[in-house]
Amino acid sequence: MPRLLVEIRKSYPAALDSAAFDLDVRFEAGDDVTVLFGPSGAGKTLTLESIAGFIRPDQGRIELGDDVLFHSGAGVCRAARRRGCGYVFQKDALFPHMSLRQNLEFAAMTLPAHERGRRVQEVLEQFRLQGLAARRPHEVSGGERQRGAIARALIGRPRLLLLDEPARGLDVGLRRELYATLRQVRADYRLGMVLVTHDREEAFELGDRMLVCRQGRIVQSGPPREIYRHPSSPEVARLLGRINVFEGKVIDSDESRDQTRLSTGELDIATAHLPNAPNGARIAFAVDAERVLARPCDPSTRNGSDGALRLIRAVSLHDHVRLDFPGSLSVMVPEDLFEQSAGANEWSVEFPAESIWVFPGAPDTTVAAGDETRG
Amino acid sequence: MLSDFSAIDWFPLWLSLRVACLATAISLAVGLTLAYVLANRRFRGRNLVEAAVTLPIVLPPTVLGFYLLIVLGRNSPLGGAYETLFGVPLVFTWQAAVVAACLHSIPLLIRAARAAFESVDHTFENAARSLGATEWRVFWKVSLPLARRSIVAAGVFAFARALGDFGVTMMIAGNIPGSTQTMAVAIYDAVQSGQTRVANVLVIVMSALALTILWVMNQAGERQAR
Repeated sequence: MPRLLVEIRKSYPAALDSAAFDLDVRFEAGDDVTVLFGPSGAGKTLTLESIAGFIRPDQGRIELGDDVLFHSGAGVCRAARRRGCGYVFQKDALFPHMSLRQNLEFAAMTLPAHERGRRVQEVLEQFRLQGLAARRPHEVSGGERQRGAIARALIGRPRLLLLDEPARGLDVGLRRELYATLRQVRADYRLGMVLVTHDREEAFELGDRMLVCRQGRIVQSGPPREIYRHPSSPEVARLLGRINVFEGKVIDSDESRDQTRLSTGELDIATAHLPNAPNGARIAFAVDAERVLARPCDPSTRNGSDGALRLIRAVSLHDHVRLDFPGSLSVMVPEDLFEQSAGANEWSVEFPAESIWVFPGAPDTTVAAGDETRG
Repeated sequence: MLSDFSAIDWFPLWLSLRVACLATAISLAVGLTLAYVLANRRFRGRNLVEAAVTLPIVLPPTVLGFYLLIVLGRNSPLGGAYETLFGVPLVFTWQAAVVAACLHSIPLLIRAARAAFESVDHTFENAARSLGATEWRVFWKVSLPLARRSIVAAGVFAFARALGDFGVTMMIAGNIPGSTQTMAVAIYDAVQSGQTRVANVLVIVMSALALTILWVMNQAGERQAR
């Protein structure tokens, strides 16, 4: 399967309705699913449109296998129609003035004439659209439209499938159906996919590899789980929806007693020795809400109330309860444990070493999830 | 009134319709191409092209007619080439009336069609490109069908405008009864020569024609909107 190489830059000067924006991304993708993840305005869609050939980068190169799709130095910019990239748009983008079959036939024009009819029939069956072929896009459901759009993108057997937030606007049930369809496509077609999304669940659901984009740059890449567990910076942690991201100081680090004490000012955290948190250092760190151990203190004996934290509120999520404590600390506990706590106000909280992730480098105080207007 | 109808020479009506039909066809061919290019391409000199195609709307017809006389006259290279090619001069023939009508129809059509092409969601055009379609195919199969409603309206407007041209037609086609005298010119001629009854009938016919065109257009618009 061809390897995709992207190394592009594009600058947009400030305009009346948007700030200046610089896109500068470089990455490689293989025959698996690469997710471009980030907030809106991070440059994800611009990257995807550059690969597809809808926009022309200022500089750089894009290669798919041995084919050079774009190379600013050599003056190469292959037309979108000759790039062999299937594209699935945010809104399905099925031609509204054609039936589903006509949409597919339009796309089948790139195939040899004798193959077209058979191929259209084949994808109609593959995507369970046989009964709907004569209908126009507005006459079928949202899920069917999205299947039609994917079928249309695949009919000419592209070498790469580009997907721009394909689940946007679909409800939970349809999303699941879409994910199943995409997994099936992957198995049947064995082609690389690049998926743009700002939805964390979608990234985890479909992505083999994730590229976290922010303000036109890729700030971290790796398997989604790994990035979630070990984000490279507080901003990445927040983008991925991590809670308990703190800045603070190491007030004690003692390897012989296997102890480290961290303070955020409002919160003191004692844990096992952390090698990357030297005494006195200012650090940024994240606390994994699911790996912290919380136990209700027994109100009758007041045992263990020494290091206990006062519960501010408990929020029931679908299978966990989130306990919010002072200092912006939140802890996830199983529902049954919370029910057994009988409304305890005081909780003792322990922080195992694996629940603490110290971000590499000094804390960055300029972190904020800023959004620009460009997609 | 009935006797007036039978006494009137209807040549100007048929000529006007013929001129308007031809002018509309030419306007569609030239106008749609230019409109599509202006709506979709960024190129050097784009502003100049835009200004040039808008100019006929704001210039007085006599000025336009004068320019055309210079450019298409028998002593001009273009006029000379036409005469060599077809054996007759262009100015002061009914074909010159077609040119005159085009001069106003094309700018109108470009403005309306350009807006129509710009209102087409470019996602559809990009989708077509990603599916391997050439720019030609994108235009015919995607952009044009999606903009068809506004394009039809633009075409009808261009036709109505071509039907009523007076100033430029007078300047380069003249007022030769049975040859270059269109409805607008015939009405002027009737008024000038005091044939009030003829003028009345021709004015009523022109008004009815214009009203019918607008009515049919609105009907078509409503049917599509439903």
